[in-house]
Amino acid sequence: MIAIDGLDVTFHVKNREIRAVQGVSFEVAAGESFGIVGESGSGKSTVLKAIAGLVPSISRRLEVDGQEAAARRSRADRRKLQFVFQDPYASLHPRKTVDDILREPLEIHRESDIDARVGRALSDVGLLPIHRYRFPHQLSGGQRQRVAIARALILAPPILLLDEPTSALDVSVQAEILNLLKRLRASYSLTSILVSHDLAVVAHLCDRIAIMQFGKLIEIVTAEQLRDGDVGADYTRKLLAASRGFTRVA
Amino acid sequence: MASQSLRQWLLTDAPASRRQAVLGGTYRGLTSILRNPTAMAGLVIVTILVLMAIFAPLFAMGKDPIAQDLAVRLAAPSAEHWFGTDELGRDIFARTLYGAQVTLTIVALVSVVVVPIGLAVGTVAGYFGGWVDAVLMRITDIFLAFPRLVLALAFAAALGPGIENAVIAISLTAWPAYARIARSETMAIAQSDFIQSVVLQGASTWRILFRHVVPLCLSSVIVRLTLDMAGIILTAAGLGFLGLGAQPPTAEWGAMVSSGRDVILDQWWVATIPGVAIFIVSLGFNLLGDGLRDVFDPKASS
Repeated sequence: MIAIDGLDVTFHVKNREIRAVQGVSFEVAAGESFGIVGESGSGKSTVLKAIAGLVPSISRRLEVDGQEAAARRSRADRRKLQFVFQDPYASLHPRKTVDDILREPLEIHRESDIDARVGRALSDVGLLPIHRYRFPHQLSGGQRQRVAIARALILAPPILLLDEPTSALDVSVQAEILNLLKRLRASYSLTSILVSHDLAVVAHLCDRIAIMQFGKLIEIVTAEQLRDGDVGADYTRKLLAASRGFTRVA
Repeated sequence: MASQSLRQWLLTDAPASRRQAVLGGTYRGLTSILRNPTAMAGLVIVTILVLMAIFAPLFAMGKDPIAQDLAVRLAAPSAEHWFGTDELGRDIFARTLYGAQVTLTIVALVSVVVVPIGLAVGTVAGYFGGWVDAVLMRITDIFLAFPRLVLALAFAAALGPGIENAVIAISLTAWPAYARIARSETMAIAQSDFIQSVVLQGASTWRILFRHVVPLCLSSVIVRLTLDMAGIILTAAGLGFLGLGAQPPTAEWGAMVSSGRDVILDQWWVATIPGVAIFIVSLGFNLLGDGLRDVFDPKASS
């Protein structure tokens, strides 16, 4: 479904070159849910944005839905892949109602039956009809993230990219959103890539997990391997130890 | 009772339709203007100006602003002529009322020309960046370098004096400020997640600019426009004063001040009344602009 080979992303800031992603390769099969973990600045979100075409990248191969992705994506290309951003406070237009926000993708793709589909999308993500005509500032963080998820799924794309979808939310809401994502992934039979710094979240949602550090892919492990601590690289072990948290030294 | 339920309908946190949501938002905006005394004062003055302009024939009670009567020239304010008469015996009260029409016409025409040009140039420059931005902003700088009155003088010399040419001259030098505001607002939101998500949905660039970027630039542009109104009115009056704006016998406040200049010590009302009108209207627009800025400022409203 998604195949990338030798992906490089370089940012030019003033006269400095920042090589955010260096030679990353992996493949994601149809229906698989793939995770990417790493600390801040490891380039994991940038990989996701490169797949979405939001940042310019160089690669030997960048396939989305079995087709080489062009640098300029067409409207049909866009439809195959949607994105959920990290911060639900920044990803919704502040002057548009939930209804406007959900209508937009359908109008862009000249779909029919817009009213009913917006209603269905809302109930799919567990929002009520009373939320439909509210502005984002009248919703809680979790509700906003539900709107963002509904917007991403309203075109029924085969691929969903999730960029730390829960890290801006508090813990109880995180669990709700994660369960929602798990349910929707099954009912929409989605292929998904989830980026997170939280090993527990990734292990809960993903089948295979890539570990990244300093823009490079360290290794790819399965969720069981991660849970059992059966990993190859030193860095992964360190990351696992760090995620278990503080251990008191006697 | 009915007004209470209407209020509830407007302020509900669960609007049942898009129309209700929009009306509710408008209602909240209006109430915050009404609660702001400066904005209210400005709004009252501007409303009076608009009413004066629309109903000028009614308020003037049949007096013709351009009818001359040399028998009563330079008459002091009286019951017959509330604000006195000018050097040709024309009623200054009627002329001041009809002058509001000219002022409002100029203000409206300048807004209609300046806002779309400024928004288009600014949002395109801010959204695309790079060389598009560089080219558009250097053009903006060039227009910003023209002195407004001198350009208006040149226009009047080339095309002949009149309201239309005054509007063109003012607009030519007024739009760059709006382009700059729109550009800075656009640059602040162009990389934001909600714009990126519309990009990912496959929206065309024009759709993004018109439907998503422009609405967010609009509030600061409107505030700036309201604050600029005073300057526009003063420039128009200045052009009228120099004889380059509205042409006689049209009643125009700047030209009226000019005609009262020779008699300002003996017949003070001829120059003072239109001067006061210019002053009050400019003040009104400034107060309204200040108030709108408070209302639109997301940091100020909780």
